[in-house]
Amino acid sequence: MMTTEALAPSAGTSRIEDGPRGAKPRTLTLSRVGVYVFLILAALFFLMPLWVMVVTSLKSMPEIQLRHIFQWPQQITFEPWLKAWDTACTGRDCNGLKPGFLNSVKITLVGTTVSIIIAALNGYALSFWKYKGANILFGLLVFGAFVPYQVVIYPLIIGLREIGLFGTFPGIIIIHTIFGMPILTLLFRNFFAALPPELFKAARVDGAGFWQIFFQIMVPMAVPITIVAVILQVTGIWNDFLFGTVFAGRENMPMTVQLNNIVQTTTGVREYNVHMAATILTAAVPLAVYFISGKWFVRGIAAGAVKG
Amino acid sequence: MTQHSVSIRDLSLNFGNVKVLQHLDLDIAQGEFIVLLGPSGCGKSTLLNCIAGLLDVSDGQIFIGGKNVTWEEPKDRGIGMVFQSYALYPQMTVERNLSFGLRVAGMKKEEIDKRVNRAAEILQIEPLLQRKPVELSGGQRQRVAIGRALVRDVDVFLFDEPLSNLDAKLRSDLRVEIKRLHQRLKNTMIYVTHDQIEALTLADRIAVMKNGVIQQLADPHTIYNKPVNLYVAGFIGSPSMNMFQGTLNGNVFTTEDGTAIPVGTYQFTTPAAGSTKAVLGVRPEHILLGDDARAMPFNTEVEIEIVEPMGSDTLAWTKIAGHSVTFRCNSDVLIETGQKIVVGFDPGRGSIFSTETTNRL
Repeated sequence: MMTTEALAPSAGTSRIEDGPRGAKPRTLTLSRVGVYVFLILAALFFLMPLWVMVVTSLKSMPEIQLRHIFQWPQQITFEPWLKAWDTACTGRDCNGLKPGFLNSVKITLVGTTVSIIIAALNGYALSFWKYKGANILFGLLVFGAFVPYQVVIYPLIIGLREIGLFGTFPGIIIIHTIFGMPILTLLFRNFFAALPPELFKAARVDGAGFWQIFFQIMVPMAVPITIVAVILQVTGIWNDFLFGTVFAGRENMPMTVQLNNIVQTTTGVREYNVHMAATILTAAVPLAVYFISGKWFVRGIAAGAVKG
Repeated sequence: MTQHSVSIRDLSLNFGNVKVLQHLDLDIAQGEFIVLLGPSGCGKSTLLNCIAGLLDVSDGQIFIGGKNVTWEEPKDRGIGMVFQSYALYPQMTVERNLSFGLRVAGMKKEEIDKRVNRAAEILQIEPLLQRKPVELSGGQRQRVAIGRALVRDVDVFLFDEPLSNLDAKLRSDLRVEIKRLHQRLKNTMIYVTHDQIEALTLADRIAVMKNGVIQQLADPHTIYNKPVNLYVAGFIGSPSMNMFQGTLNGNVFTTEDGTAIPVGTYQFTTPAAGSTKAVLGVRPEHILLGDDARAMPFNTEVEIEIVEPMGSDTLAWTKIAGHSVTFRCNSDVLIETGQKIVVGFDPGRGSIFSTETTNRL
């Protein structure tokens, strides 16, 4: 009592009404708790299939037949994983997913690289080298993004057959490049269009030509948007099933097609554990890409333009 | 043609149906500082881009250093250019920004170093050479941008609103520096701006543009004191020229409310015959007070409406002959709102324009 009275006059001689001060304290309200509970439940709900896949892939067939699909395996076995990778039968061959994985890696690497280089050039030329009909061309390209695949598949088959590339590795690369072009060009064009046009003018006054401006000025600046494009293309091409089935040919069947073949091939019992393991293996690459590059992806999309 | 550094002959540029530049002629002498001045959309930047070769012209010719460069690439025109947004290559250091054009041209390393160092010394950016543009302030960036034009060792410098992105203080600092640079290098400089102060302070000659046409091309003093038409008169000067609508009859100008202003001291370029509708323009600083005013050919007593002290001088708002009028006076003269005061001016220092043609009479 004494101390407070002694302090009071010196602390606030003017005795003005003392209101709140500093940062407002955060309190955990009931509605906030509700939000968190909902979020956690939603997360669990969407994780459920993954959980089922993982536990099933680690069980032996007799255990699966007990039908306790959510239960952790009593005896963990990696046999299904090895089988899925190495010896599972895809139609007549019994080499597992291994060859498909290599095919997918090849198709994804080459397909991504080729399509991004062409799209970056497209976007650059459309943004800076305004030639006659550039806008019409761009409009057509964007329109291409809305054309349903089914409409063009048959003409493409004929076209590729006529030039002798149907069912070959270059064939599937061309297909992925064509179908990636609208969205990738849009991405790069919008990125370059957001750069100050003076940058391009300055480079021209400095005497740089089409390729010098592209490689020395534009490409180093386009890193964020290139990361976005790489993520889009890697996941897109890796996950592709339709074009792989139709255009790749037996030699170059991507992993997704082989996964389907493994699941569809029935010789006696359905080996759910092998199917699950094979599915997880196939999904591993895009999942890894998302986990590793998710931050870059958001940053690249959001940054749009890097300010000088 | 050789005596001109830059010559523009009958230049036209259309974007589709929009005529941006129309039959434009301009001769610029060796070492001259020309400012293209006008509001946005008047074609001044377009004209500069045409000179630089960044835009293809629709008609006409461009000569630089006596050579017809109408179809030449920008790099072959002997020009250096500085942009409003600096346009530095963000991923390169200052040094590499400066040397980019030289490296593209395949110049020897020693020569590149020599030129970069000279430019850095002139612009006092030596300590910044290893930095990236993001690490520089606006003023430093613009210096680097000027340096990039400097290393090219060209005869003609093109400036596209180089100071518009800077704050007021830096702008006036760098303005002086550009002037100093011009005095030192004696290059031809073509400078685009919408800022009349920059134009008046820097230029040997100013070209005032409107709708793709040069309205007047003259030295700053003439532009300010003898504008050729109403547009130039209204555009130059802050606060702008006071305009009186009225009728000119011989040596007497009668305003709409009947006030007669003797204009005998005015030197007509084209003496008007009979009675014509006209506009009399008087600069705010040409309106005098008190005893000075009584000595003027025209004076009257007015009431002060608003006073704006600017520090160095004072602006006052009042009404003469029914027109709102601003005048500028020494800040030592104390004037107050509501005060009655005698003001006067000499129409001989003003400008008279025809209402019909808007041209100077």
